[in-house]
Amino acid sequence: MLEVKEITCVFGGLIALDQVSFAIRQGEITGVIGPNGAGKTTLFNIVSGIYSRTAGQILFNGRDISGLPPDQLARLGLVRTFQNIELFGQMTVLENVMVGLHTKSRCGILACALKLPWHLAEERRIRSRALELLDYVGIADLAEQSAASLPFGKGRLLEIARALALEPQIMLMDEPAAGLNSRETWELGDLIRKIRSSGVTVVLVEHDMELVMDVCDAIVVLNLGQKLAEGTPRQIQDNSAVIAAYLGEG
Amino acid sequence: MQRELLKFALFAAVVLVVAPLYFQGGYILNVLVFVGINTMLAIGLNLLLGFAGQISLGQAAFYGLGAYVSAILTTTHGFNPWLSMIFAALAIGALAFVIGFPILKLKGHYLAMATLGFGIIVYIVINEYVDLTGGPSGFPGIPNLSIGSFSFDSDMKNYYLIWGATLGVMLLAINLARSRIGRALRAIHDSEVAAQVLGINARLLKVQIFACSAMISSLAGSLYAHYITFVSPSTFGFGFSVELLTMVVIGGLGSIYGSFLGATLITLLPEILRTFHDYDIVFYGALLMIMTIFLPGGLIQGGTLAWNYLRKSWSGKGGADA
Repeated sequence: MLEVKEITCVFGGLIALDQVSFAIRQGEITGVIGPNGAGKTTLFNIVSGIYSRTAGQILFNGRDISGLPPDQLARLGLVRTFQNIELFGQMTVLENVMVGLHTKSRCGILACALKLPWHLAEERRIRSRALELLDYVGIADLAEQSAASLPFGKGRLLEIARALALEPQIMLMDEPAAGLNSRETWELGDLIRKIRSSGVTVVLVEHDMELVMDVCDAIVVLNLGQKLAEGTPRQIQDNSAVIAAYLGEG
Repeated sequence: MQRELLKFALFAAVVLVVAPLYFQGGYILNVLVFVGINTMLAIGLNLLLGFAGQISLGQAAFYGLGAYVSAILTTTHGFNPWLSMIFAALAIGALAFVIGFPILKLKGHYLAMATLGFGIIVYIVINEYVDLTGGPSGFPGIPNLSIGSFSFDSDMKNYYLIWGATLGVMLLAINLARSRIGRALRAIHDSEVAAQVLGINARLLKVQIFACSAMISSLAGSLYAHYITFVSPSTFGFGFSVELLTMVVIGGLGSIYGSFLGATLITLLPEILRTFHDYDIVFYGALLMIMTIFLPGGLIQGGTLAWNYLRKSWSGKGGADA
């Protein structure tokens, strides 16, 4: 479904990614792991259109999407979340999700300014759909609170609900467990599985090995900008090169 | 939703009924007409600055272009003033749309510089293109607006005309702010990357709202030209762009009623401070400084605080009585 082909990214003299290739299969949860500085977040930023690659190609459902801007990728069904949750702090929790429904609504500036009847109907539809999504991740009771006032764990759930609003085909999650306590991480694992079973392909960059080994169907290991290994969680756990990269060679 | 409408209706009633009854006299009414024009301009800038978070120091240029396009089309070429006004707004909106694409790629100080540059270019063109604009000595003889034989030739008539238009713009802006477009603009303001990742075409939306803000400024310019019947370049200089910026910031970023409060204060202040003669600029500066320090959210924040305080002390008294 998503194919990364020989992606290379160079910042000045630093090679952040060196000909990384892998494929993500539909309906699976794929983990991208690796020590700090391995290039995981750079990879996400390139796939989601925030950074531009130096060389290589990204195919999404067979279509070349390399170099497309993030908003266009989002409309194609590729959505991401951020490590440091990027919420709209001036808005309420509900409004944050309503922004996520932007691409699911049509009314232009004129229709909105004139408050035309179909705009009102659309607004009602957006609102009720946003409430459904908040309910889906379990924070419907916080709908009217300011997004800035949410504790980190709830903010993470809000960001996921907002991303799901786009009805993505594939969701890239950048360290979703960062900053969560162990109970929240456990609940997050359940939520990720629930999202997958609703038909969304999930890719996560994650440091929490317990979570990765628990939820992932496939794992890609990066180290120093290169792909080190690829396989099922069991294969990765037994891979001597991976163990060496994490623990340091003897 | 209903309360919002009620608030607006109350505001409109005060503006349209109470104020003109109270101020029959010419001079104050004339100032109040300017409050209306400036409110419209401030709302236009607020859509851009307060909602989308994009600065413009070229608003006076769009205001001036609107005034001059109306003046030239009606006076030199004899076109219908109403049609000229619509044409000016559309043409200037289109101009803003075209220049918006390269300009709004810039952020922060660079965007401020680029819009400032645009403002200065327009000012110089108006000033130097004497054959068309009359140059520094101005452009006289612009007709008043009229419907059939009814001419908007007095301060009172123009008060209703201009405030009618301002209230219309205000209502549209309030609606827009509470819609998906308003939310998307605030999202861009908070985090452009996060907005884009959610599928919002931030670049296009910023350019569209820039064009809207230019159209509102142009409309205000046309109304101004037909009200005063004379335009000259000095009205539309860089200083006025800064004054508009002050109105929006002092009133409260992102608040439509705040723009009204800011426009009112900044328009009335020089009139009130006239008693201090040469020292008025000192008081003006000091007042603005004090306000930005103690009311960073603008006058609208001060108003909300005062209202909440009054309500609390009122309900406190009620409780004591019971």
